[in-house]
Amino acid sequence: MTETLTLGKGLNEGMRKAMENDPKVIVMGEDVGKLGGVFRVTDGLQKDFGEERVIDTPLAESGIVGTAIGLALRGYRPVCEIQFDGFVFPAADQIITQLAKMHMRSLGKVGLPVVIRIPCGGGIGGVEHHSESPEAYFTHTAGLRVVTCSNPADAFSMIQQSIASPDPVIFFEPKRRYWDKAPVEVDSTDWTPLHKARFVRPGEDVTVLAYGPTVKTCLEAAGAAEDDGRSLDVIDLRSLNPLDVETVVESVNRTGRCVVVHEAPVFNGYGAELAARITERCFYRLEAPVLRVGGFSTPYPPSRNEDDYLPDLDRILDAVDRTFAW
Amino acid sequence: MTIDSVRGAPDTAEAGGPELVQLLTPEGERVEHPDYPLELTAEEVRGLYRDLVIVRRIDQEAVALTRQGELGVWASLLGQEAAQIGSGRALAANDMVFPTYREHGVAWCREVEPLNLLGLFRGVNHGGWDPAEHGFHLYTIVIGSQTLHAAGYAMGVQRDGVLGTDKATATIAYFGDGATSQGDVNEAFVFASVFNAPIVFFCQNNQWAISEPLERQSRIPLFKRAQGYGFPGLRVDGNDVFACLAVTRKALENARTGQGPTLIEAYTYRMGAHTTTDDPTRYRLKADEEAWKLKDPIERVKAYLVRGDLADPGFFGKVDDEAKQIATELRKACLALPDPGPLTMFENVYAEPHPLMTEEQEQFAAYLASFEEVAS
Repeated sequence: MTETLTLGKGLNEGMRKAMENDPKVIVMGEDVGKLGGVFRVTDGLQKDFGEERVIDTPLAESGIVGTAIGLALRGYRPVCEIQFDGFVFPAADQIITQLAKMHMRSLGKVGLPVVIRIPCGGGIGGVEHHSESPEAYFTHTAGLRVVTCSNPADAFSMIQQSIASPDPVIFFEPKRRYWDKAPVEVDSTDWTPLHKARFVRPGEDVTVLAYGPTVKTCLEAAGAAEDDGRSLDVIDLRSLNPLDVETVVESVNRTGRCVVVHEAPVFNGYGAELAARITERCFYRLEAPVLRVGGFSTPYPPSRNEDDYLPDLDRILDAVDRTFAW
Repeated sequence: MTIDSVRGAPDTAEAGGPELVQLLTPEGERVEHPDYPLELTAEEVRGLYRDLVIVRRIDQEAVALTRQGELGVWASLLGQEAAQIGSGRALAANDMVFPTYREHGVAWCREVEPLNLLGLFRGVNHGGWDPAEHGFHLYTIVIGSQTLHAAGYAMGVQRDGVLGTDKATATIAYFGDGATSQGDVNEAFVFASVFNAPIVFFCQNNQWAISEPLERQSRIPLFKRAQGYGFPGLRVDGNDVFACLAVTRKALENARTGQGPTLIEAYTYRMGAHTTTDDPTRYRLKADEEAWKLKDPIERVKAYLVRGDLADPGFFGKVDDEAKQIATELRKACLALPDPGPLTMFENVYAEPHPLMTEEQEQFAAYLASFEEVAS
C-alpha cells in the first residue's frame, strides 16, 4: 500500500512498525510522550504503546543515553530522541566512551542495539544550538554506525533498519525536511540495504555527493545545471559510517569530477574524508580536485544569516563550474 | 568569612559519625543495630574471612606483578575488602552488578576469574568476560558512567515485570566518593528516583579521589545527598564486613520488592595508592593511614573468630596457604597470557561486518605479510 507521508510521519510510522514487531523496542527522550516530541515525530506512540514503552525522561541527555545502554543490557532496544543537534553534547561521553565501545570491551559478548535519533541541520530560523550538523564527531568514533535520511521513504525504512541493527546507530534527521511529502510503500520491506548509497539523479559530467538536508538542494541544483547543459550525477550517501565507497568511486570514475555538499563546516568535515578517499581511489580519473561546499568554519550563525551560511543552489553550481576550471 | 568556615567541619577520617551502622567493632566485638539484625553461622563467618584474605592476597600479587612490569597498572582494593565482600556476598544469583575498575572483591564474589581482571590491566583486552553469565558488568573506567547503565538496567527489570517474584533482580551500582561529583551519578540518582528503579547505589567512600580529599567533593556526608533525590541513604562502616552485608542485603531486598533505590555510603579508606602510578606521600599524612590500619577489615573478623572460638587453630594458616596458592597460580597464568595478535584489533568493533574494519584488517595483514616475503 502506498501512502503519502511527510518525512516526520515516515519516521513515526517506521517506529510504530518496529514497536509492533518487537515488544522490546522502546522510545525514550524529552517530551516524546504526550506531546509527541517537539517535532511530533513520536506523535501517538505513547497513547498506543503506553508509558512503559514510550518514556518521557528527565531532562538529561547523558542520562537518556546512559540508561538506554542499561536497558539494552537488559535486552531492550531503545530508540532515544535527542531534542536538537546542539543538545547531544552532554551525551557525547556516554555515546563515545560507552555506547561505541561496549562490543569491543566485551570481546563481542555484549551488543548494544541502541538508536539515537538527532534532528539536525539548519534552515528553520532556530536560535543558537538548534541548527547544527555534528555528524563528523560521530563518524570519527569507531563502533558507531551513522546514517541519515533525506526523504519520507528512507525515513520509514531506515529507522526500522536502524532499530533492527545489533550495533548502535546514530540517526540524523534533516529537520527542515520533516514536512516534505512523498509516497511511501508502507507494507513493503523490499528496502535498499541500510549502508548502501543511492543514485538519486543520473548524470555524466560531475558527481555530486550529498546526504540528509542537502540532497534536495543538490537535486534542485542538478535541474538548474541541466539548463546550462551540464548533467550532475547526484548520490544520496544515506550512510556515513560505513561509507558505501564503491558507489562513490564508480560514479567519480565515470565523471572525473566531484563536488561534496553538506551543511557542516567544511574544515575537517565529512567531505574531507570523502575527498581523501576519492583521491586515493580515482586519482588518474580526476579532472579536478574534489571540491567541497558546506557551512563556513564559524559557529552556526544567527538565523538571519543562515541563508548565506547554508549551501544553496548557487554555491553548488559555482563549485560545479569550478571543477571545469582546472 | 573564610573558605574554611563556609566549608564547615568535614568528617574526620577518624569518625564515621553517629549514624554509622556498625555490627563488628575494630576490636572484633559484635554489636547490634536495631534496623539490621544479622544471624551468621560460624561457617559463614569463616567464609567471609576466607574471601577477605584471598582478595587481599590477589590484590597484593597484582601490585607485585605491576612493580615487575607485568601489568601496565593496577588499582588496588587494599582497605576496601569488607565493603566489597560484604556487599558482594549480599547479592543473589539474579542480581546485577555495575562495577568501577576497583571492584576485584565483588568480582571474586561473582566468580569472575581474577585472571580476567589482570588481563585487562596487562593490556591483553579491555575486559572480555560475559556480564550476563556472572551478573557482573564489565569494568568501567570513566568515573561514574556505569551508574547510568545500572539505572537503565534497573528500569529494564521493572519493565520485565519480575519485581516481587522469585525472578526479581536487584541492580547494584558501585562508585567512589569522587564519582559523586560527576553529572552522570547525579543523573542516575534522578532517573532511579523518578522511576523508582530497583537499584542500590553503593558508594565506597575511601576518602580519596586520587589526591583530592572528600571535602573537595562534598560539604555534607555523602549518604545525606540521597534525601535531596527522594530516597533513603545510610552510612555503614565500610571496614565491617558484617554491617556491609546486612545493609546491602536489606537494600537489595527493598529493590527486589519494588521499594526503589537506596544509597549506601560505605565509609572506608583507600590504604594503598589510587593506582600503582600514584604517590600518596605527596598529599596525605602517614598518621592517617596508621589510624585506619587499626580498623583493618580482616583483623577484626579474625579477632571475632578467635574470641568466640569459632575456628580451629589450623584454620587461619590454611586460609593463608590457600590464598598463597591462588596467588601463585594466578601469577603463573598471568605470565602465560598470550599477547593478542595484531589483527585482533579489528575484531569485535561491530557486531555485524563493517567494510572499513575488513578493509583495514586486510591491508594491515598484507603489510605484515610483506615483511615475511622479504625475509624468505
